[in-house]
Amino acid sequence: MLVWILFLLCQVGAPALAQDLCQRDAPNGYKVRISLKTALGEDAYEWNQSEMFFFQATMAFAMRRHFQMETYNVDNIILCVQTSRVSFWFVVTSPDNTTMLIPKADVEKAVRMSRHRINNAFLLSDRTLEFLGIYPTLAAPVNPDTPPWLIVFGVVIGAVCAGIIALLVSSLLQKRRKEKGMTEDGQDEEDMQVKGVENGINLDGTYNRGFTDDDRFTKL
Amino acid sequence: MRLQLPNPGLEDRILSHEELDKLETEEAGSGDRPKWDNKTQYMLTCVGFCVGLGNVWRFPYLCQSHGGGAFMIPFLILLVLEGVPLLHLEFAIGQRLRKGSLGVWSTIHPYLAGVGIASMFVSLMISLYYNTIMAWVMWYLFNSFQETLPWSQCPLNYNLTGLVSECEQSSPVDYFWYRETLNSTPDIGENGGLQWWMVLCLVSAWAVLYICIIRGIETTGKAVYVTSTLPYVVLSIFLIRGLTLKGSLSGVVFLFTPNLTELTNPTTWLDAGAQVFYSFSIAFGGLISFSSYNSVHNNCEQDAVIISAVNGFTSVYAATVIYTIIGFRATERFDNCLGGNILVLLNTFDLPEGNVTESNYDQVLQSLNGTHPEVIQGLNLKTCDLNTFLSEGVEGTGLAFIVFTEAITKMPASPVWSVLFFIMLFCLGLSSMFGNIEGVLVPLQDLGVFPKSWPKESTTGITCVLCCIVGLIFVQGSGNYWLSLFDSYGGSIPLLIIAFCEMVGVVYLYGIDRFNDDIEFMIGHKPNLFWQITWRFVSPAIMLVIFVFYFITKVTETLLYKTWNPESENFPTLEEKEYPTWIFVIIFILAGIPGLSVPLTAIYKCLRNRCCKKDNEFKQDDLNTIAKQVHLTDEATKNKPDIPETADGR
Repeated sequence: MLVWILFLLCQVGAPALAQDLCQRDAPNGYKVRISLKTALGEDAYEWNQSEMFFFQATMAFAMRRHFQMETYNVDNIILCVQTSRVSFWFVVTSPDNTTMLIPKADVEKAVRMSRHRINNAFLLSDRTLEFLGIYPTLAAPVNPDTPPWLIVFGVVIGAVCAGIIALLVSSLLQKRRKEKGMTEDGQDEEDMQVKGVENGINLDGTYNRGFTDDDRFTKL
Repeated sequence: MRLQLPNPGLEDRILSHEELDKLETEEAGSGDRPKWDNKTQYMLTCVGFCVGLGNVWRFPYLCQSHGGGAFMIPFLILLVLEGVPLLHLEFAIGQRLRKGSLGVWSTIHPYLAGVGIASMFVSLMISLYYNTIMAWVMWYLFNSFQETLPWSQCPLNYNLTGLVSECEQSSPVDYFWYRETLNSTPDIGENGGLQWWMVLCLVSAWAVLYICIIRGIETTGKAVYVTSTLPYVVLSIFLIRGLTLKGSLSGVVFLFTPNLTELTNPTTWLDAGAQVFYSFSIAFGGLISFSSYNSVHNNCEQDAVIISAVNGFTSVYAATVIYTIIGFRATERFDNCLGGNILVLLNTFDLPEGNVTESNYDQVLQSLNGTHPEVIQGLNLKTCDLNTFLSEGVEGTGLAFIVFTEAITKMPASPVWSVLFFIMLFCLGLSSMFGNIEGVLVPLQDLGVFPKSWPKESTTGITCVLCCIVGLIFVQGSGNYWLSLFDSYGGSIPLLIIAFCEMVGVVYLYGIDRFNDDIEFMIGHKPNLFWQITWRFVSPAIMLVIFVFYFITKVTETLLYKTWNPESENFPTLEEKEYPTWIFVIIFILAGIPGLSVPLTAIYKCLRNRCCKKDNEFKQDDLNTIAKQVHLTDEATKNKPDIPETADGR
């Protein structure tokens, strides 16, 4: 009879004891905050007991992954203080001794190691699945060997210099061609002067307005 | 009874109408003086010169801060009474006298040569710092060819534990502008050394400018097909994109909501007048040069009206586009602010998500304040007001490099928009630089600084190289402060003086009667009553009023400048410091020398005239310009012996 009562007490007491381990602001516990609507909007799933069980399983996985020797189970993750925000506290008990809690630092290491997996399990991100007190590590910046702006600068300057050289060379060639042309034109000019034409204008009589350009305005 | 100051010898200095007609018809003479290939090039060049960065980043700020839609009224009135007459005057006088600014004023009266020299100095000072702004635009353009724009996130600090503190306290865009672009020192006295990346960008800006002006308007005329039209294309693209963004219409509504009480404030009218004046790039000398390359019978009246209308329209259009994007940014900030507050409330009180939204935020806050006032106080919730975000009106470089770049990072496909925006700014600035450089090069040629035998390519090249070297001041650590100094003092007061002297010189020294006859000769009809009244009384009066007010404001204000000082208490707000005393010397050089060169040159010429007692003082020999050479060529050919004598002795 006494053994039966003791057994009953143990069954009732164990969860009660577990509840004592997990409480708000527990020294070895972490608060978790989940923002489903922010992350998933219309596709947000409902947070219910099954999801809580999934969380326990994920945390057990994370602990197993970190401490490779010890076999953590779903019962080792104790949850409490659930709110409709969706936030709750959890503590982790040791698989060997269910009254002993795993220290905060070890839990943090385990969570950091598997953070990416935990996030993906719930389709959330560092910002929407928050472990208050565990800050996400910042992504290392991508540093290219040559800054991209230098490449663009090189292209632009190369094109401009090529253009400048082309223009200078062409004007030099033009000048040389004009100089060569002038010495040949000298003979043509004499012929034209004999005919009484100079600079294209006939000097033999009055200026014939019939051949002027009628447009007095600069052409568009 | 017309007031006309005595001006002996004017007839000898200018070409008569018959000579001008002869110049038109003879093909040989025009070989020496450059000509526009067609009218489109000329119009695009003038439009490009007038439409510049000020239309994009000064006008929208003025519009919004002086009563929105109501600002249009003083702007349009002053555009018609001040801008159009001055523009027509410059076009007409350039087309008639067919010389650059120095030549024109020396021709009207030798004592007025100071006006041309002042124009040259002002154009020079403005060219120096304006191309630095181009260098900044190029730096941002080069940096836009990346998937994540460098100003969208803060860089990590040295040990990769967190963000750089300077960036964390301010914002990524501020950090990128003040630290990674300018590497700004906290004081104008500390020069911080040359920033090598900015030197490279400055060199590239001058190189691009050089290639466009290498042969004068021959190359400029082709470049303007792109630089003058591309901004309009980009603005239209941005308008369409902007209107599809959330919150853009609230920006436009905010911009144009009229507040008629602002019209009673004299500063509104003053700012409108100053904006019209500076926007039209008058008194730089560039417009006179450009119109002198036209045919004599070009309709300058029509050109002036068209260009003024285009300039005004562009200002309003650009303001609309800018404010759609600013409306988007303000709405984004407001949403973030409100969202942050809502999250804090949800987290503190463990309420389910979606309980507090933007619509019931105020009610919920009130009810929570009733039940838990201490908790609410401890939260330090920010007040979010859309109008405050909208009226964070910024102008100048702050608008382009801080506010707009931040808005771009929030748009999808940011690199594309960033590239488009900075290409547009670059084209706007480059086309204005063409006019500025023209205002420097032509007077240098007329003064005979470069030998005539040197080709045009080398004169433009030397000018660009020298300006680039002097412009290295602006790429030091303190370069930004120097630039605002040059902008405030080098480009404001002297221009007003020059414009006033221009009007007085043409109307009262050259003679309004002669000017009217010239215009009748050139375009076929006499300028009507509107032009007469504005040229003779209204525009000079407006110039004088603006000048007096500007002068008084500048002289009486305490000289403060805003610095970026990470050590200051109110960081990231810019710290206001007083200028050191040696700056006053610099300010005097910037504002005084161009302004004083007008009377000083007159005095110098007067003294030289008296001292040497030359009777032929007013002959053409003074100025060795191209038009004179054409005249000489005619004389020379007349004396050739083998031309047969014709009946009328020609």
